[in-house]
Amino acid sequence: MHISVNVDGVTYADEVEPRLLLVHYLRERLGKTGTVVGCDTGNCGACTVHLDGHSVKSCQMFAVQANGHEITTIEGLARDGKLHPVQEAFRTNHALQCGFCTPGMIMQAIDLLADEPDPDDETVRKGLEGNLCRCTGYQNIVRAVQDAAQRMKPGAGPKIEQHSDEHVTAKQPVGGE
Amino acid sequence: MTATAEPEVGKARLRKEDARLITGQTRWTDNIQLTGMLHMAVLRSPVAHARIRNIDCSRATAMPGVAVVLTGEDFAAEQGSLPCAWPITEDMKSPPAPALAVDQVNFAGEAVALVIADSPYRAADALAEIDVDYDELPVVLDLEEALRDTDLVHPDLGTNKCATWVFDSAEAGSGTNVEDEISSAEVVIERTFRQQRLIPSFMEPRSVVVDPSAGMFTIWSATQIPHILRWMLSAVTGIAEHKIRVIAPDVGGGFGGKLQVTPEELLCLLVARRMGRPVKWTESRTESMLSGHHGRDQIQKITLSARRDGTVTGLKVELLADMGAYLRLVTPGIPILGAFMFNAIYKFPAYRFVCTNVFTNKVPTDAYRGAGRPEATFAIERMMDELAVELGMDPMKIREMNWIKHEEFPFNTVAGLTYDSGNYEAATARAMELFGYDDLREEQARRRADGSAVQLGIGISTYTEMCGLAPSRVLGALRYGAGGWETASIRMLPTGKVEVITGTSPHGQGHETVWSQIVADRLGVPFEDVEVLHGDTASSHKGMDSYGSRSLAVGGTALVHAADKVLAKARTLAAHMMECDEADVEFASGSFSVRGTSTARTLSDVVLAAHVAHDLPEGMEPGMDADATFDPDNFSFPHGTHLCATEVDTETGVVKIRSYVAVDDVGTVVNPLIVDGQVHGGLAQGIAQALYEEAVHDEMGTLTTATFADYLVPSAADLPAFLTARTSTPATSNPLGAKGVGEAGTIASTPAVVNSVLDAVRHLGVRDIEMPLSPERVWTALQGRKADDAGEVAAGGLGSIDAQGGQS
Repeated sequence: MHISVNVDGVTYADEVEPRLLLVHYLRERLGKTGTVVGCDTGNCGACTVHLDGHSVKSCQMFAVQANGHEITTIEGLARDGKLHPVQEAFRTNHALQCGFCTPGMIMQAIDLLADEPDPDDETVRKGLEGNLCRCTGYQNIVRAVQDAAQRMKPGAGPKIEQHSDEHVTAKQPVGGE
Repeated sequence: MTATAEPEVGKARLRKEDARLITGQTRWTDNIQLTGMLHMAVLRSPVAHARIRNIDCSRATAMPGVAVVLTGEDFAAEQGSLPCAWPITEDMKSPPAPALAVDQVNFAGEAVALVIADSPYRAADALAEIDVDYDELPVVLDLEEALRDTDLVHPDLGTNKCATWVFDSAEAGSGTNVEDEISSAEVVIERTFRQQRLIPSFMEPRSVVVDPSAGMFTIWSATQIPHILRWMLSAVTGIAEHKIRVIAPDVGGGFGGKLQVTPEELLCLLVARRMGRPVKWTESRTESMLSGHHGRDQIQKITLSARRDGTVTGLKVELLADMGAYLRLVTPGIPILGAFMFNAIYKFPAYRFVCTNVFTNKVPTDAYRGAGRPEATFAIERMMDELAVELGMDPMKIREMNWIKHEEFPFNTVAGLTYDSGNYEAATARAMELFGYDDLREEQARRRADGSAVQLGIGISTYTEMCGLAPSRVLGALRYGAGGWETASIRMLPTGKVEVITGTSPHGQGHETVWSQIVADRLGVPFEDVEVLHGDTASSHKGMDSYGSRSLAVGGTALVHAADKVLAKARTLAAHMMECDEADVEFASGSFSVRGTSTARTLSDVVLAAHVAHDLPEGMEPGMDADATFDPDNFSFPHGTHLCATEVDTETGVVKIRSYVAVDDVGTVVNPLIVDGQVHGGLAQGIAQALYEEAVHDEMGTLTTATFADYLVPSAADLPAFLTARTSTPATSNPLGAKGVGEAGTIASTPAVVNSVLDAVRHLGVRDIEMPLSPERVWTALQGRKADDAGEVAAGGLGSIDAQGGQS
């Protein structure tokens, strides 16, 4: 089948088998290996990407279902060489160890923050329930998401950085306010 | 070159590794695509024990895209036997372990055929077209049943008993005779615990790529042990070791689960050799759970003797350990790693440990985070609570009166180890304070008096462990097939930048960051100027890799020694350059100076002088590189006090962790951010054993928990926030003072949680609940107090396995 998909700002037109999973299309055909596969049952969330701004597990979708849609992966988050605030918060809060779950965890966290701009501990934990991490015990992930929420608030951070912060958050394809 | 402004050791440096991991610029093995690459898919046995009568590959071979279909017969002459490096006794029974089953399968999940195709999808399609006829054999699953030898896993061995390993303090001269202590004791407590089977569940599924081009086999693998893998693959296949290069690129977690020489690594190599083309295999999660090794799975019979005043006098441990169907790399040695830890921090005069390793028709077991030590810690910490209950004493009090006092270090234990340092009083005091122990005890008393539906429990674990694996002479004495040293090299580049080559193989631990900190500190160079190379046998030609919380204590020490060699040579050259006596040269902040003068040369100047070699002292070789290999004299012994408060809903059996305090003494901390992270993750895995995870085989030997929908790796919503803190008594066995932190959280936490739950419900007549403490099991145990016929269930232990759907 013929599909046309915009991935991280680039439009791709491809012939694909109807059974090809979206995650395999991204990894094998487009070389977008930042998105990974951690399980076969949709439990681990390592493959989470955004479809038109909302998180989906790309191992639970066929590539053909993305036809005509916009996909954002972990590789498309940074803008003008600047990390997304959630990426930055994961780094500064040591919210990753092996890093395998991290792309999916970050994509899910951005989706969560779009709905819950100032989440408490429990809201973050429930919001990330579909993403498994085996390394961190989640503590620093929860902290990172809450930290990112502060970073993404309008006017957050020192004055000197406010302009650039708004500049970044305004350009986010998803999430933010 | 600028000097570092403040000490690097102890600094919460953000990780160098993260830049690529948070942006998706990673190098997982499965990302690798090579021209002409073939894909391997593995057909696995659906039955646990059977003779293979026939395999019909004709339809599969004819499928589009299929290059070849291969069976065990095709490899029988060349696959040899997968290695077991730890024959724990001279008479240990060790069955042949073919990577691809030839005429018999011994566990459900064992590889029986391979499809090699041009895409993973087409390979999977063809797998479905292979027909295998099995003649099923009786399955051996239960450990005690297996010992009767009624049915045999490996008939050629004549028994299911693999080996028996004994330590006795009277024989070893490290203590008295335990039978004497037991027979003369005022109190004897006997308990049986079951360590359920666990699945390591690293997030990155295993993956292997083998490129046979250019007269060399280049192997990328999601492994913890590139060096050991290279050695073992060479030994098994006969391919010369220097014609094998192993690369562990970014590796997504291991926890012992990737401390293995896997059937698939060997098969990919053999297929690539046969086909003359690159071959890739990446497992599905279900394949991982069906065929990657499992952990734990022991039955522990523990006898503890004591005086009425609470003083312990003897400890006898009788273990049955499930090997599964084959002996993998260190399978038989895992329970032996626990042998020295049952006595823990307590001064037992007498100790005896007997472990019987048993074959069953299940997935082989091997290392999983803690490897033998969590099992030991669970048993002893449960027993200390049992003793406290028996004597009506406070469980912390009874620990305190029996533990080694801080002024008694170094302390020779009844198990024959020498604990170099520790302060159990300090860690405990800090934990009690952070936890609010007395307030919680008051609340517990109130809830009990009120008959509240939700009861409060307090659990203690005052653990220690042995890590920093390991002194080579000790490994030799334990009949392990390799050493425990580690190696490091430092290359001083002409511009003053530094390359570090380490034999450790990180897979999430942050060695690139921490090794940079160590070198920056030692050499006075900027943190950013250090690059750490690892996980490629072409650049790092030797090493013993990463496991057993060894990397910093052993590998970090090798690095310190290498840095000291660089400095020693640089000092000589600096003296030559400054035309002074070497004894007058001082080194500080990356610069050599002549004492009492303003004459100075930076390390960078000296390195350049060594590199150009225009004017060196007589006999000095050009260059400023150094290698060092460190073999520790002793293990290291992290310890700490963990306190857990749980709320147990007596109407539903649901357990909620209300607070968890972990105070750990891991010696000197190089990077507190990373140490906290290791503790958090360790706690999560230990709590998961207590409450959530269990690999279950049904009565046919089928693993019924082979997906993440069935095997309950906890999510963020299942775990509490942890309160962590540290006390520190530096290790005396290495110059860093580091003890290791990779496994401590896992080792400590399981008994803290289980003790806590039992503390909440013990007054309701519950004496034990088998792990994992699921709502169903907790609820069932609580019903036992009412229904006479459920008495066995309430009593827990082995009697409860059948009733609770375990594997007996």
